[in-house]
Amino acid sequence: MATAEHSSSAKPGAHQTSTGLDNAKIAMWAFLGSECLLFGALISTYLLYRNHGGSGPLPHEVYDIPFTSVSSFVLLMSSLTMVLALAAIQRGDHHSSRVWLIATALLGMTFVSGQVYEFTIFVREGFTVRSSPAGSAFFILTSFHGAHVTVGILMLLSLVSLSLRGRLPTERATTVEYVGLYWHFVDIVWIVIFTIVYLIPSTK
Amino acid sequence: MADTSHLQPGRKIQAPAPPAPAPAGEHAAVTHAAVTHAATEHAHPGPKVYIAVALWLGVATAIEIGLYYLKMPHGLFIGLLLFLMIVKFTTVVAYFMHLKFDSPIFRRLMVAGIALAIAVYTIVLTTFGLFR
Repeated sequence: MATAEHSSSAKPGAHQTSTGLDNAKIAMWAFLGSECLLFGALISTYLLYRNHGGSGPLPHEVYDIPFTSVSSFVLLMSSLTMVLALAAIQRGDHHSSRVWLIATALLGMTFVSGQVYEFTIFVREGFTVRSSPAGSAFFILTSFHGAHVTVGILMLLSLVSLSLRGRLPTERATTVEYVGLYWHFVDIVWIVIFTIVYLIPSTK
Repeated sequence: MADTSHLQPGRKIQAPAPPAPAPAGEHAAVTHAAVTHAATEHAHPGPKVYIAVALWLGVATAIEIGLYYLKMPHGLFIGLLLFLMIVKFTTVVAYFMHLKFDSPIFRRLMVAGIALAIAVYTIVLTTFGLFR
């Protein structure tokens, strides 16, 4: 009984692990490692089908590089605000942490809005998910990434909500760190997509 | 039929026996591992470093876009873009995701995922003739 009471009152994460590291953080890194395979599959599929235009235009005929460059810059800067939010909560500055979390969410929303706008332009020009294998591969890849960003935005807003209700003390800064890892991963996936999908043209 | 002898009235409920202590060797090994991994972690950088890294990422992106509009040999163009992509990727992972400062275990997990993905999809793309 005494043992059970002791266990239930122990702080989460305060137990010793065989590695001396936070198990949740190890799980997050393992998850991100597995996500590399998911996005690797989607990018490979795009590379295989990008020259199969079908009845519609090829991807490189509809890309708006200046517009996508701005979107990429916005997502890169959201990684900065995310890491500043983590640094703020780690030093106990909850107000600044909330400000940076909200800024990150807003930058993420800007990126997703830009993606939706870009999709509408592509569809208007006849490049759709049904127009060609290239279209299918492109929209599935970028939509999957957009869905990841959207999930990240929801997690950021949840953190802001927790913080406002006083349920995100400095001792739980690791929660912000996990969300931050996910957010930065979404950013590095876009770094790859922007270069391989948008900037490197087809050689055929 | 389930054993209900422990529910008989008047029978004293015995407290569970305390867990057996781990053998000295095993305990020492676990503690050593914990200490070793904890010792390999370093303090995270401050906001100034993060801002400098973000500026560098912005400059690298601007260079990428500049290269897109420059006329140059196709192989050189692709090589430079891939180089900048890898540098940006590594910078974010090292500084913003703290892999440069955290335990090597996290680095191994990420590198394993990336290496596996690159190996598998290079084989797939080669099989389908992408590099021909």
